[in-house]
Amino acid sequence: MLITENILVALAGLRANIMRSLLTMLGIIIGIASVIGIMTVGNSITVIVNTTMQELGANNLEVGVTQKSLDEETTSSGMSFGRGYIREMSDDDLISHDMLVSFREKYQDDIKYVLLTEAVGNPGTVTDGSKNANVQITGFNRDNIEFSNLEMLGGRSFLNTDYLEAKRVCMVSDKFVERMYKGDNDAALGQEIEVSVNGQFYKYYIVGIYKYVADQFSFGVSDNPTTNVYVPFKTARIDNHTQNKGYSRLTLVTSIETNNDSFANTVRDYFNINFYSRNDAYEVMVISMTSMMDSMNSMIGTIQLALSVIAGISLVVGGIGVMNIMLVSITERTKEIGTRKALGATNSSIRLQFITESVVICLIGGIIGIGLGVALGMVAVKLMGYQAAISVQSIVIAVGFSMAIGVFFGYYPANKAAKLNPIDALRYE
Amino acid sequence: MAAGDIMLDLRDIHKSFFIGTPNEFEVLHGVNFAVREGEFVSIVGQSGSGKSTLMNIIGALDRPTSGEYTLDGVDIEKAKDQELSVLRNKKIGFVFQTYNLIARTNAIKNVELPMMYAGVERAKRNERAKMLLEQVGMTNRMMHNPDELSGGQKQRVAIARAMANDPAIILADEPTGALDSATGRLIMDIFHKLHEEQGKTIILITHSPELSQETERIITLKDGDIKGEAAGKWDVIKEELAC
Repeated sequence: MLITENILVALAGLRANIMRSLLTMLGIIIGIASVIGIMTVGNSITVIVNTTMQELGANNLEVGVTQKSLDEETTSSGMSFGRGYIREMSDDDLISHDMLVSFREKYQDDIKYVLLTEAVGNPGTVTDGSKNANVQITGFNRDNIEFSNLEMLGGRSFLNTDYLEAKRVCMVSDKFVERMYKGDNDAALGQEIEVSVNGQFYKYYIVGIYKYVADQFSFGVSDNPTTNVYVPFKTARIDNHTQNKGYSRLTLVTSIETNNDSFANTVRDYFNINFYSRNDAYEVMVISMTSMMDSMNSMIGTIQLALSVIAGISLVVGGIGVMNIMLVSITERTKEIGTRKALGATNSSIRLQFITESVVICLIGGIIGIGLGVALGMVAVKLMGYQAAISVQSIVIAVGFSMAIGVFFGYYPANKAAKLNPIDALRYE
Repeated sequence: MAAGDIMLDLRDIHKSFFIGTPNEFEVLHGVNFAVREGEFVSIVGQSGSGKSTLMNIIGALDRPTSGEYTLDGVDIEKAKDQELSVLRNKKIGFVFQTYNLIARTNAIKNVELPMMYAGVERAKRNERAKMLLEQVGMTNRMMHNPDELSGGQKQRVAIARAMANDPAIILADEPTGALDSATGRLIMDIFHKLHEEQGKTIILITHSPELSQETERIITLKDGDIKGEAAGKWDVIKEELAC
């Protein structure tokens, strides 16, 4: 009962000094808004990173050829001596097809897929009269096609002979068919397309049409998104003139029972002991996506926390502002406090009244701050081209925290008011 | 008027203030008096006579240094702060010279305030506040804030507020001091009405001997001592006013 009255009195007081109330709240508003803004941006980035990594496959191991670490030759200052010049990677340093075959044989229980990708040049275009479509020629091996689980809308996927004999066949997206063949799948199938990439032309026959799925990073809906023209891996290698070379990187999809973190070490050791022990400059490195995701998340979390703490300092400054204005308010209202005491207010009811006021100021500031912070965060996230993920948890914490600030910074002034001597307070002019 | 039970009893009340040791400054030097239920008493004194100090003690805003003070059967000289708050709330209705209405709070809420501290539920206190404001002729301005009221109106709201918890005594400190004589007359009439019609015990503190003549009994305070008691002349004044 007293609480409701106190809130009404507090609101009336705030209304009577609107400018002063707003300025006081500003500290809280800015503090809460920055914390919430940072949380929103951080959360959105975390969601994006996680989804992207999930898409890439959280069960994946990235295997790549990298420079040997120079631990032994590195001084404490990080300068290296003796082997200052690192030679360029040559074809001999790559993972050869034979290595891959023997590796796969040895660990066939753990490896579900070996994903090989060969992009032919940069994004290119297919033009036919006034019609055109943006495409990227992407060579996928059979594992990769299977793993990406394309939804076929027409025609067929690649056959074994397509992979083995490097047939000049391709699968295009429905978006591509929409632009080039007015969405007529039957008209598209069997057609030869000519992709122009940096002045080079590559020709393939359409054998299949898959459903295009926009990825996380595509911003908005474009009329002419760059979609993949999938070709057999070997075909792409021939187009790139790399058919006889090894692989600098590949992706392993492990079976569900496999512990990725330990298997990553097994894979690294297998390659390095068997094939790279005599290599003077290069070795194989294996990154587990799970551990990468964990470290990425913890990195984002740390940055987010650090920024929030900095933003939190402005909350403390805001809190001091509230305390200051409460002290002013109590001095101004000394006579009122005296009157209330004469009418029977106990010390605790006076204390409660002023703590309520301070909490009301902080809470209103906090709510405005949350609105502002969410808005700012969402604008920032949209500008970065991502989807906003509002952190409900941080909003709840912010509301609680602003109330706590109200109580913490309101207690001292309120207690001062409660302890006023009624006679002195009544006589105060 | 028939004398009722003793409502308020002060015995050998001393009050000293420490203004830095060893200086002790005694303001009241053993005040004795009692007020019976239903009496209308005035305490008259020049400034510096100790009447404010005495009023603070009667109003349970302060404790005597020594002596005994009983209000409506309660010994209050040893009461704790919390108990004094409850006592002020339930047993004393204050009317101040400067009205002391709570700003930005309308008349009815001001009257409800003591009942709110007493824990009276919302509907009941609202009903009673309306009734009290009607008694002082403020029905039309119940929803107005103090800054929209004249001095006389404010004082009428203050009297209604003093009556809120049906106190044992009404303690009025120079209630007409800030008002012109016509409005002051109106306020005094309300006190007479409360006294005569409802039998309220009223203690009027004033520096004006003229005003004190309107009460039943006049206690004159000088230099911290009671210098005399006399009967008032309200009967005569009332007849004069009627002319």
